[in-house]
Amino acid sequence: MFKFKIQEGLKVIQPGQLVEFPVAQIRGDFPILQRIVHNKPLIYFDNAATTQKPRSVIDTITNYYTSYNSNIHRGVHYLSQLATDDYEKARKIIQKFINAGSSDEIIYTRGATESINLVAATYGRANLKSGDEVLISYMEHHSNIVPWQIICEQTGAKLIVAPIDDNGDIILEEFNKLLNDRTKIVSIVHISNSLGTINPIKEIIDRGHRYGAVVLIDGAQSVQHAKIDVKTLDCDFFVFSGHKIYGPTGIGVLYGKRAILEKMPPYQGGGDMIKSVRFERTIYNDLPYKFEAGTPNIVGAIGLGEAIDYLHSIGIEAIANYETRLLNYATHVISEIPGVEIIGKAKHKSSVISFVIVGIHPHDIGTMLDVDGIAIRTGHHCTEPVMHRYGIPATSRASFAFYNTFEEIDYFAESLKKVIKMFS
Amino acid sequence: MNEIQELYQQVILDHNKNPRNFGAIEHPSHFAEGHNPLCGDHLDLYMNIEEGIIKEVRFNGSGCAISKASASVMTTILKNKTITEAQELFKSFQEAVTSDTETLIDEINLGKLAVFCGVREFPARVKCASLPWHTLINALEGKQESSIEIQSENHGK
Ligand SMILES: Cc1ncc(COP(=O)(O)O)c(C=O)c1O
Repeated sequence: MFKFKIQEGLKVIQPGQLVEFPVAQIRGDFPILQRIVHNKPLIYFDNAATTQKPRSVIDTITNYYTSYNSNIHRGVHYLSQLATDDYEKARKIIQKFINAGSSDEIIYTRGATESINLVAATYGRANLKSGDEVLISYMEHHSNIVPWQIICEQTGAKLIVAPIDDNGDIILEEFNKLLNDRTKIVSIVHISNSLGTINPIKEIIDRGHRYGAVVLIDGAQSVQHAKIDVKTLDCDFFVFSGHKIYGPTGIGVLYGKRAILEKMPPYQGGGDMIKSVRFERTIYNDLPYKFEAGTPNIVGAIGLGEAIDYLHSIGIEAIANYETRLLNYATHVISEIPGVEIIGKAKHKSSVISFVIVGIHPHDIGTMLDVDGIAIRTGHHCTEPVMHRYGIPATSRASFAFYNTFEEIDYFAESLKKVIKMFS
Repeated sequence: MNEIQELYQQVILDHNKNPRNFGAIEHPSHFAEGHNPLCGDHLDLYMNIEEGIIKEVRFNGSGCAISKASASVMTTILKNKTITEAQELFKSFQEAVTSDTETLIDEINLGKLAVFCGVREFPARVKCASLPWHTLINALEGKQESSIEIQSENHGK
């Protein structure tokens, strides 16, 4: 007879997870994880803020400055050619990473923030007029709120905000009701940095298109956790930051559909973004250079390409699978601690846990954990409207990456219990 | 005592749990609002000052243990102090919490405020401890309407 064997705990290996994730080996790739903080081994649970860098990315940066630093697109000399080649090779790596149709659709920026500002300042300014609407959600990062507020103020368009429910899910019926013929831009976060909610972006994109709106997806928290395919998604813009996917700071990506990018006016003027300059008339460069004025973050781009190669070497699906196990385990362990309330209980979540403890301010929790070597984030996480929605000033947030372990989560839970004991 | 016990001394934990002079004054002669955007701490400070002497002082608001205890301890020592004495206290307090950890602190002179010396070890928390004091100075200077924004590394990625 066929019999189920009930096993205890959440570390049970389930079918499909038969291959153990090589976390010990992976941790060896990240030099900073060997660090001691306040005489304790570092436990880095602030991955939604920024991720640590693997040795290969660090070496790539060092190697660039040590052996071929030079400016790109403007020299006939050997080093300039090497730098240009690697800078453009990274663009192709990024293109494949998100399955864009062409590397011309990959524009380098300083990060997700600049990518959104670019779209607001160019597409937004050219296409919005009084009475038009820009639709966002209640769980947006400030970088997906303020640029739209600025452009709405300048054009007379209106910013419309779709509500979320107590679990931290967008209320889709309400979202749908807010869409109409005046909606010109829909800009929505794929995964919320403060709640962990994974939004149904395919549905949102299709809905937006039905009303003729262009749809921007803020992927700052999603490219590192899930396979992204901009062609299948059919989004018009997709943005993310290099530093949140194990690459350097100061580099980010704007993906845009070619037809839309071609019609957009340039963002900044300067070198590299022009074909020819006359005082009577300047001819702008082709994509993607039209949007890349000035000397860019060359090593940032090359380092980002390397970070993506590193992710591929582990496999984004294996990463997603392991991070889901970390999330489930941590959710279970933290929920068991009396007094702890998790904020953000969406059905589909990424490895982010925001929580509050009755009577203990997040700032005090953060300091106490820090002394135990645990880095978490406390505050409003640049999502003040989310905090207002829940009527709290701030949360504590633990966010996990694939180099974190179940043991670290256990230690974190013990440390949390100590905090509660001390303040009770 | 280790660093953390130094920071969260028993006195601080007690004032956090049972803040003294907590609540509003209906018609205060002096009032100011303090706000620390980094952690969302918010503080309303109410005073009745007669002929240069602080007769009554109360506070309201929400914040971390350090800022709440700092406000509570502050209110207990300000009563019946002159405005000049209050300003002097502000100076010694600021000096104590911002001095580098090597500097010896005159704890006797600081009196009850000495419990906040542990804050020096935690640069990120100095603003929490100073918020009530900055709010006090604003109130004394008659900046009733103004809310002080302690500039901080307010990101929140
Ligand atoms: C959801 C989300 N969007 C946008 C951003 C902005 O990213 P960056 O600061 O790298 O530009 C962040 C980073 O905190 C984020 O979490």
